[in-house]
Amino acid sequence: MPRGILGRKVGMTQVYLEDGTAVPVTVIQAGPCNVLQVRTQERDGYEAVQLGFEDKPRRLANRSERGHVAKLDSKRQKSRAGVEAVAKADCEPQRFIREFRGQTDSEVGAQVTVAEFEGVKAVDVTATSKGRGFAGVMKRHNFSGQRATHGVKKVHRHAGGTGCSASPSRVFKGRKMAGHYGNERVTTRNLQVVKVDEENHLLLVRGAVPGPNGGFVSVRETNRLR
Amino acid sequence: MTHKIMELVEKSSLKDDVPQFDIGDSVDVHTKILEGEKERIQVFSGTVIARSGSGTREMFTVRRIVAGEGVERKFPLHSPRVAKVEVKRSSVVRRAKLYFLRDRVGKAVRLKERRRT
Repeated sequence: MPRGILGRKVGMTQVYLEDGTAVPVTVIQAGPCNVLQVRTQERDGYEAVQLGFEDKPRRLANRSERGHVAKLDSKRQKSRAGVEAVAKADCEPQRFIREFRGQTDSEVGAQVTVAEFEGVKAVDVTATSKGRGFAGVMKRHNFSGQRATHGVKKVHRHAGGTGCSASPSRVFKGRKMAGHYGNERVTTRNLQVVKVDEENHLLLVRGAVPGPNGGFVSVRETNRLR
Repeated sequence: MTHKIMELVEKSSLKDDVPQFDIGDSVDVHTKILEGEKERIQVFSGTVIARSGSGTREMFTVRRIVAGEGVERKFPLHSPRVAKVEVKRSSVVRRAKLYFLRDRVGKAVRLKERRRT
């Protein structure tokens, strides 16, 4: 099974290793997560495990969300002829639900904790990056902008030219320009796991993780170990 | 809530016995240095002119004059490599950052001694 877990980014700090080197780390409060559903080849056409993180008040959850985690013997669980009752996690509705692809031996209702990441060297962290709104080319594409002086007027943060002239007399597709930046799904790959704190459900990874503090992140064992 | 988690994480990296010294103190900073396989202690002595940061990132700046040239070194307070900070002498100072010492030369660098009771 691909080891994966959901959590929240807490923030960044710095810790010292035993040999005295300071390591910049991002603290992720990960799990415990409930296994809400197991996707199988026969039923769904692919193998995956669906996890849920953090309880959501029942009044905020809609019926399908509540039904997704309902108990098997609850009154709402209808038993129809010929339809097999699907296993349910029997927990509170979950706020953040994601699937991790790959075969699994875990069952619906099981709990996933950070203990799974014991011994894992590196992880990939996926989250929604901070939204920066409509950003110029310097921020969005790391353009250099133009000079402060020497006759440059009002275009200090602009791009230069956008292409040729009369031929082709159009701008080629894919030209890097100003536009909406951030607030998209970003994966930071191969982050070294510094520490796994089972007791407090914390995961410390070296380096930065996309998204704001308090944002939801999904962490999985990397498949690109360097 | 997140603050509590941060404290929890940082606690393991903080020193139990944080070196005690004030701004303006003359100190000897003992740092562990790895030379190949061997570890030895190097001492840097000077005046503490600033403290900055908080938690595991707290640093302090020590200034001294070496061969007529001002030398400043910034140490992480909680680093395991900073083995010991010995206070040699305390001074009367009225501000938290003694950056004005950078502009002074010779006798003017001296600070008035404060006797501890």
